[in-house]
Amino acid sequence: MSTTSLVRIATAGSVDDGKSTLIGRLLYDSKEILADQLAHIADVSARRGLETVDLALLTDGLRAEREQGITIDVAYRYFATARRKFILADSPGHVQYTRNMVTGASTADVAIVLVDARAGPTEQSRRHTFIASLLGLRHVVFAVNKMDLVDWDEAAFERIVDNLTDFSARLNLPDVTFIPVSALHGDNVVERGSRCDWYGGPPLLWHLEHLHVASDRNMIDVRFPVQWVIRPQTDEYHDYRGYAGQVAGGVLKPGDEVLVLPSGAKSSIARIETYDGDIAEAFPPMSVVLHLTDDVDVSRGDLICRPHNHPEPVRELDAMVCWMAEAPLRAGARLAIKQTTRNARVVVDELLYRLDVNTLHRDLDADALGLNDIGRVKLRTSAPMIVDAYRRNRATGSFILIDETTNETVAGGMILDRETLPP
Amino acid sequence: MTYELPHLDALESEALHLMREVAAEFERPCLLFSGGKDSIVMLRLAEKAFRPGRFPFPLMHVDTGHTFPEVSEFRDRRVAELGERLIVASVQETVDAGRAVDETGPRASRNRLQTTTLLEAIEEHHFDALFGGARRDEERARAKERILSFRDDFGQWDPRAQRPELWNLYNGRIRRGENGRAFPLSNWTELDVWQYIARERLELPPIYFAHEREVFARDGMLYAVSEHTELLDGEEPFTESVRYRTVGDLTITGAVRSTATTLEDVVSEIAATRVTERGETRADDRVSEAAMEDRKKQGYF
Ligand SMILES: Nc1nc2c(ncn2[C@@H]2O[C@H](COP(=O)(O)OP(=O)(O)O)[C@@H](O)[C@H]2O)c(=O)[nH]1
Repeated sequence: MSTTSLVRIATAGSVDDGKSTLIGRLLYDSKEILADQLAHIADVSARRGLETVDLALLTDGLRAEREQGITIDVAYRYFATARRKFILADSPGHVQYTRNMVTGASTADVAIVLVDARAGPTEQSRRHTFIASLLGLRHVVFAVNKMDLVDWDEAAFERIVDNLTDFSARLNLPDVTFIPVSALHGDNVVERGSRCDWYGGPPLLWHLEHLHVASDRNMIDVRFPVQWVIRPQTDEYHDYRGYAGQVAGGVLKPGDEVLVLPSGAKSSIARIETYDGDIAEAFPPMSVVLHLTDDVDVSRGDLICRPHNHPEPVRELDAMVCWMAEAPLRAGARLAIKQTTRNARVVVDELLYRLDVNTLHRDLDADALGLNDIGRVKLRTSAPMIVDAYRRNRATGSFILIDETTNETVAGGMILDRETLPP
Repeated sequence: MTYELPHLDALESEALHLMREVAAEFERPCLLFSGGKDSIVMLRLAEKAFRPGRFPFPLMHVDTGHTFPEVSEFRDRRVAELGERLIVASVQETVDAGRAVDETGPRASRNRLQTTTLLEAIEEHHFDALFGGARRDEERARAKERILSFRDDFGQWDPRAQRPELWNLYNGRIRRGENGRAFPLSNWTELDVWQYIARERLELPPIYFAHEREVFARDGMLYAVSEHTELLDGEEPFTESVRYRTVGDLTITGAVRSTATTLEDVVSEIAATRVTERGETRADDRVSEAAMEDRKKQGYF
């Protein structure tokens, strides 16, 4: 059986930039659309009086959205090539849906930002790019769409490249790519376009297939949040004690000395177990069971790391948050926090500023964050938290905030550190 | 050495992580096990997440009474091998007790009734979370469902009021009466499931492989002749070599013509197929474009 790797994509674009058509094209040309789905959208297209099959209908989701004619929630699509399997989080582009884009981008390796070749970069293109960088994506692809409507004019494309290259340089984005496409006609999506000899790069799908994402994860700092302690307490497994979890950073090997936080206990790794047998090393995002050589006290919420490379437990967090609830966030608010496998409570000590995601301007006078606002806060926690800066590790640097009266998830947060403050 | 996980390992790891989170954050979870291929994969994932310990939850089958005998037999044997506890929630009992009424006519199925039995069982056993094997690629309404989703007091799903789900940080808090639905296979495709079954050498009930069966054609699909099905005028039973892509209520689950007798044959047939699993084999989803969405809102799994 062939082995392929997994790549997660987040898409974003303003309404009508052609995002649905582009995704439909990717699915269709990569032969992911099956006969009954195609028959269905052909049928709907005909009923709507369209002459050709509207590929955008493929990504059409729930009934409420179909009725309003807009996508309002993140939807997930799957397609595969011989090299890779792709999970695509399709986030709607409406102004009010920053929270959806943040959600889609939180698990993504790469963002595809749609730009209409006629209009050029808009406020929304910049917002989407900023959100991709804020969420720590290393790769952004600008799909400059509707090139057919500007007669594949190279100069029009280059103006967009220059504009967005300048903008991206202000953000922390190591890998930015531009591809001129026509989603409607399929040029440079899966197949190379025939009307753009001046474009020397690959089509979008080829680019996605060859993107180097393996090194995006932190393979240096060992981080293992304990999820679940396996203690069978049977005669056969009398002394068995395994710490189950998903590796959040670094490479773990038997024999490694480890430090357990927040207790500070030291031990070393006796073995790394999986259902299929012991293994010689574990790295992100593997789920494994660790056995330690000493009988130290370890429970869910603890972090296993190395004695000479570990975060200091803290009670104050400096973070960017994206607020996702109707009722605004103000200083003084009390909320629950979940970070890795740790739950605690927080008080919002200070709202430092609200960030205008279109202009990157900091509003220092803001006294609240509304729905879809992004801002910087200082939080005080009820228990010590063991965190890394989000820039260093997306798994240990992220958290969610929960309203304890409604149980709703009201914010996503990213830990800052002094060296890597955002714009 | 490249530190890149093959996609099946990445999907598996993500599923184990979810299972352990739900086991840790909910008080009384339960895993739905029908004997179908997705739930067979779920059992393997549970073994990988919790062995050598016992599963921190029982298994439950909502039995329509229209289950293929081969599947029931397999279900009981597998549960015995695992040494875990199985609860069978019976639609027949719900009907016998007068809490639900069977549909009538040749196109009757017990799909809707299943919801009543499921909700009763949740209440009886005080389950606060259920693991299900649903995948987002199965159907369009599912494409937007969270990996950890919620149902209200009436078992209803509100697609407009879903919690944001960021990173792999699942918020397992619920109010009394609500319950969570956890879908470890959310990001798997049908092909992933088959490849995983092949890789793990998981045993499947025999109806997943080509076999001779007495069937009849209806609405372009093939259905098993059984005591639970009524033939319409002009429908003639005949014998055909078929296999199933899903196993559910046998009155509404279609078979596909096939000669694939081994797992490898099935995987290559699936890889080459041009029709989705549901489009090909589930009569209940063909009724209306929004059929699935409506049923889910009512508490269908
Ligand atoms: N000419 C042309 N039209 C396009 C192209 N891509 C999309 N469109 C059209 O632009 C409109 C909006 O596309 P859609 O995919 O629904 O946009 P979305 O709102 O971003 O999902 C539709 O009428 C599409 O047919 C393209 O490359 N060229």
